Amino acid sequence: MLKIENLHVSVAGKPILKGLSLTVNAGEVHAIMGPNGAGKSTLGNVLAGRDGYEVTDGTVEYLGRNLLELEPEARAAEGVFLAFQYPVEIPGVNNTYFLKAALNAQRKHRGEPELDAMQFLKLVREKLRVLHISDELLHRAVNEGFSGGEKKRNEIFQMALLEPRLAVLDETDSGLDIDALKMVAEGVNHMRSAERAFVVVTHYQRLLDYIVPDYVHVLADGRIVESGDKNLALKLEEHGYAWLRDRQLPQARA
Amino acid sequence: MATERTEIERPEIDQALNRRYDAGFVTDIETESFAPGLSEDVVRALSAKKDEPEWMTDWRLKAYRHWLTMTPPEWAKLDIGPIDFQAISYFAAPKARPKSLADVDPKLLETYDKLGVPLHERARLAGVAVDAVFDSVSVGTTFRKELADAGVIFCSMSEAIREHPELVQKYLGTVVPIGDNYFAALNSAVFSDGSFVFIPAGVRCPMELSTYFRINAMNTGQFERTLIVAEERSHVSYLEGCTAPQRDENQLHAAVVELVALDDAQIKYSTVQNWYPGDENGVGGIYNFVTKRGDCRGAHSKISWTQVETGSAITWKYPSCVLRGDDSTGEFYSVALTHHRQQADTGTKMIHIGRNTKSKIIAKGISAGRGQNTYRGQVKVEKTAEGARNYTQCDSLLIGKKCGAHTFPYIEVKNPGAIVEHEATTSKISDDQLFYCRSRGLGEEDAVSMIVDGFCKQVFKELPMEFAVEAKKLLEVSLEGAVG
Repeated sequence: MLKIENLHVSVAGKPILKGLSLTVNAGEVHAIMGPNGAGKSTLGNVLAGRDGYEVTDGTVEYLGRNLLELEPEARAAEGVFLAFQYPVEIPGVNNTYFLKAALNAQRKHRGEPELDAMQFLKLVREKLRVLHISDELLHRAVNEGFSGGEKKRNEIFQMALLEPRLAVLDETDSGLDIDALKMVAEGVNHMRSAERAFVVVTHYQRLLDYIVPDYVHVLADGRIVESGDKNLALKLEEHGYAWLRDRQLPQARA
Repeated sequence: MATERTEIERPEIDQALNRRYDAGFVTDIETESFAPGLSEDVVRALSAKKDEPEWMTDWRLKAYRHWLTMTPPEWAKLDIGPIDFQAISYFAAPKARPKSLADVDPKLLETYDKLGVPLHERARLAGVAVDAVFDSVSVGTTFRKELADAGVIFCSMSEAIREHPELVQKYLGTVVPIGDNYFAALNSAVFSDGSFVFIPAGVRCPMELSTYFRINAMNTGQFERTLIVAEERSHVSYLEGCTAPQRDENQLHAAVVELVALDDAQIKYSTVQNWYPGDENGVGGIYNFVTKRGDCRGAHSKISWTQVETGSAITWKYPSCVLRGDDSTGEFYSVALTHHRQQADTGTKMIHIGRNTKSKIIAKGISAGRGQNTYRGQVKVEKTAEGARNYTQCDSLLIGKKCGAHTFPYIEVKNPGAIVEHEATTSKISDDQLFYCRSRGLGEEDAVSMIVDGFCKQVFKELPMEFAVEAKKLLEVSLEGAVG
């Protein structure tokens, strides 16, 4: 589904990703771990198409297409979703209205009929039930005055509603208490399917107790330096990222 | 005082600042107009042209003489070249003067149709009575009979001077005196037409009243005068709309609006101002210098101003409330949009005189391109205003890097028991917000209009429903291409 090869990305002239390669197949969950400043958030932003991230080398292929040439809204319509590390507030814009406009914009792009208010509401109720979210969030403005946990919950709700094929979760666990963490994990687990893939970016192993990944990759200094199964995350937890640096050094010298 | 600018730069925003001005056409109609120039003789000729009684002519002359002693204001944060008042024609009117709507020149009806303001008997706006002012004269007022049945007087100012002199004499100039300010004095001398509304005691006006102002002729100033009187326990909602053709010269619009609310009366005054704003280089456009003031003369009276200002090269207006009656309420809700090289200096004055008077100010400024948007507001609580309360909220939204937003609140409190609150924010449509919307599938323009709409929500909900929809559309058109 997603094939990243030798990706080099600079932000404001400064190289951040330096030859990242990653292949994600449908049905898989990949965890990307790594120390601060390794380029974890950059990866999510590049995939979603944020301005200011300059791809200097490498390719990103998504469902057989060059993802990098698509506008952000086209990527969304093609099924790429980024759950933000810091969800953005849009004062005065009703959450439900926002989501309906977004979903219908995507459907229009795909040549599907737009949902009317009733159809949309039905879909919303269905998703709320599954995610155990109160509908109170829906009546408020997008993320305005939401607590950190509410914002992340809202991201997961949006993901559930937009039903992406490739979901990138950028440190969705940061700043969450254990209950909110479980809720987020539950939402993701519920959506796991053979057609859908997840890239879960996280600093801590904790989230992976609840979202059990098929693969764990360690990102350091703009490259994936280690890949393995879920046990790699446990090893990291035990030894810390310093252990990784020690393991890297001989390689770097070689 | 706060002056802020955006930090982000989006070159595509600058490139694509193209706005469509739908109302920019000219009506080809035979017009009778005065040669440019202003003197006592011009004032006399204007008064004679309108068959005015002597008291009116004298009133105008007094105002003119007073105006001669005054100098134009310099304190507004506006960049204006000197205005040559001798280069302006002070009267222009379609040659054929209709006796009733049925006689109105089809070209005029067509003009208003194109502007979305049908005057025909069969295509009238449902539930809204319209007075249409074309250059210096009113060309027709709809629903006259229905209103008369309710006891409501709604007619052009010229007609009111002839038909209801006692009412005009009683109230004209009592809220905005002839010497109030430079442009009010000029208006008092040369005002051409406008609307007059009188709601008798106990009457709830059965429909929305509205005036549609249209400048058509070249080198003409429009100086309209509007007077609304709501007697005890009466209620009226009034809306004005404005447009002008697209021209390279600046044109002057200097209006005066006076509102009088007696005991327990309520006046709601809404404006959707879309005068021609000039092109992207700041060539042409209307100079909009307006004095609007409401007098809550009676106890428990209420005056509410709502304005959506998207047009004009320069806007200079401060719809105000004098809260004289005990327990009276003044409100001001405003959205002002400037882009290209538009400049707006707008706000309100709330003068608390009576006991337990309340005022609320919600001002939203949106700046794009090189637009400059200033909120200037005064809250004054006199010694007598025991228990006065004010709440002010000023929010500025910046789109792009070259625009500016400025806030100048003046607060003067002479009664220690008064509660005055002021909140101000400046924000920008950030790259973050845009990217967030786009990452959910929304196109860039849809994202911008959604963010702007959310920003204006508090004000839009104060507008009559159909006009809220209009205002929203107008804002969308005005911001078309504001991001690349």
